[in-house]
Amino acid sequence: MNQSSANRITVVVKKDCPTCALIEPVLAELVDEFENRISIYVQDDPAFPESIDSKLDDTSLEFSYNNKIETVPTLICFSEEQEIARTVGWDKGEWQQLTGLESLGKELIDFKPGCGSKTQDPGMEEKLSAQFDKDLLQARKVELAESEDEMEACFDRGWSDGLPVVPPTAVRVIRMLNGTDRDASEIIGNIPPDNLPCTVEKVAINAVLAGCKPEYFPVVLASVEAALQDKFCMHGLLCTTYFSGPIMIVNGPITKQIGMNCGVNALGQGNRANASIGRALQLLIRNVGGGIPGGIDRAVMGNPGKYTYCFAEDESDEDWTNLAQDRGFERSDSVINLFAGEGLQAIVDQQSREPESLTKNISNSLRSVVNTKMYGAADAILVVSPEHRRVFRQAGWSKQDLHQALYDNLMIEGKEVIRGAQDVAEGMPAKFKDKLLNKFRDDGLHIVTTGGNAGMFSAIISGWVASGEKGSQLVSQKI
Amino acid sequence: MSNSIMLDPTAEINPVEKQILPRLETLSGATVGLLDISKPRGKEFLDEVEKHLVEMGATVKRYMKPTFARVAPQELNQKISVECDAVIEGLAD
Repeated sequence: MNQSSANRITVVVKKDCPTCALIEPVLAELVDEFENRISIYVQDDPAFPESIDSKLDDTSLEFSYNNKIETVPTLICFSEEQEIARTVGWDKGEWQQLTGLESLGKELIDFKPGCGSKTQDPGMEEKLSAQFDKDLLQARKVELAESEDEMEACFDRGWSDGLPVVPPTAVRVIRMLNGTDRDASEIIGNIPPDNLPCTVEKVAINAVLAGCKPEYFPVVLASVEAALQDKFCMHGLLCTTYFSGPIMIVNGPITKQIGMNCGVNALGQGNRANASIGRALQLLIRNVGGGIPGGIDRAVMGNPGKYTYCFAEDESDEDWTNLAQDRGFERSDSVINLFAGEGLQAIVDQQSREPESLTKNISNSLRSVVNTKMYGAADAILVVSPEHRRVFRQAGWSKQDLHQALYDNLMIEGKEVIRGAQDVAEGMPAKFKDKLLNKFRDDGLHIVTTGGNAGMFSAIISGWVASGEKGSQLVSQKI
Repeated sequence: MSNSIMLDPTAEINPVEKQILPRLETLSGATVGLLDISKPRGKEFLDEVEKHLVEMGATVKRYMKPTFARVAPQELNQKISVECDAVIEGLAD
């Protein structure tokens, strides 16, 4: 009888591991010593080790997964059903000490490292988690009929925005959840318009649908939290007959870490992170919030950005503040900003080499936001291209200088834009006739930089006509 | 194709099973298609159904599948979906 304090031992092995093959004589010794108090689990070939009769088949990996086996061989010692010690690989001294058998494996070399447990194979952890972690996922399971096509089934159940979605299997959702440290069951908030509680898990399911990678998930979660900020007014934005939807601008180191596009075609197609992060929020509002076009979503036309509208800012110019900095964050912070807006209107200027000329041109275009005769109604984002930014920078202008020049250029006498002026019925109420008006309310014009390095074109993203405290304001959320 | 299991992305306020379309609240003023599947005596049966529907204020349009042995052609399905508020598919024999 051995002198170990362990009254029961377990060894996990796999045939494919040379160290496990090496210690086959050790296993035989242990079986002789411990008799019915030893369990040998085999991960790959239940016939291994051939010299031992009483081994246990763990090809399902249930035991290995539940006992967090990372290396084979693993020796675990139990006392009174409690694990008291374990060792991995073959370390003769440790095995002798843990088993209390001083001459165990005396013919063998002293040390040989083990191999990776099959539970550690790529992609295996999520599969095992889906199979054995019964409490991890709480969402209702939808079993498809044998004849159903997975992609079509998602359309049939109304989970899609009109484009194919990635079928949200448990394994994919677990992989998505691995993108965050947050608990799957945490309630992130009530999603409008139905205002139903939404867990991190539900966000993950919709991120899977949208085509996100797990590394995007923190950005998606932050986008949901941003959308739920009261001043963003997500409910009203969804319900409006106006064109607008949520537009995301992402700042900080995470944009590079996850490969977002802030260069050529940044607002266009082709980048998975840009495309799928923006889409995830829209799908969540559809699926959890119940915001269905033609239902609560009453947009007269909508806009293509309601599929997805998300991009990163070009932060290559250290002396030009990014949007997050303008909102009070540090340049080193990763931040997502949400703006209620739509579309993109080009501003061509290939001639201006002086900031004054370029600013005047931009101001002229900005007057067209919503309506050339409406002032202080809708916010806007001015998207400055790198080449236009260069014009300002070469003249020594900061972003604040540009803001000030735009403000000065965008003043107008009320009488020019009141209803009826210019023979147009639409316009500002008559009470503004003798007032001096600015195109944008205070904090209503935001400036971001993005895009490729060639092209003297900037652009305008027009805001929701219900901007400001009466509707939506730009919100920012740290990721 | 398999017995795949998906996780429900919704707030789970509706049943998992696919739901039938909302039913018409009244037949008065509705256009109802009668689809003859091309089996013997289908016409007589649907003639009788049509009489009742007209009495209830519906407008009736008649359609016929080329053969009962095959599913209706897509063009016919689309035509019915555009022209009618509801459809009754008539069996026979």
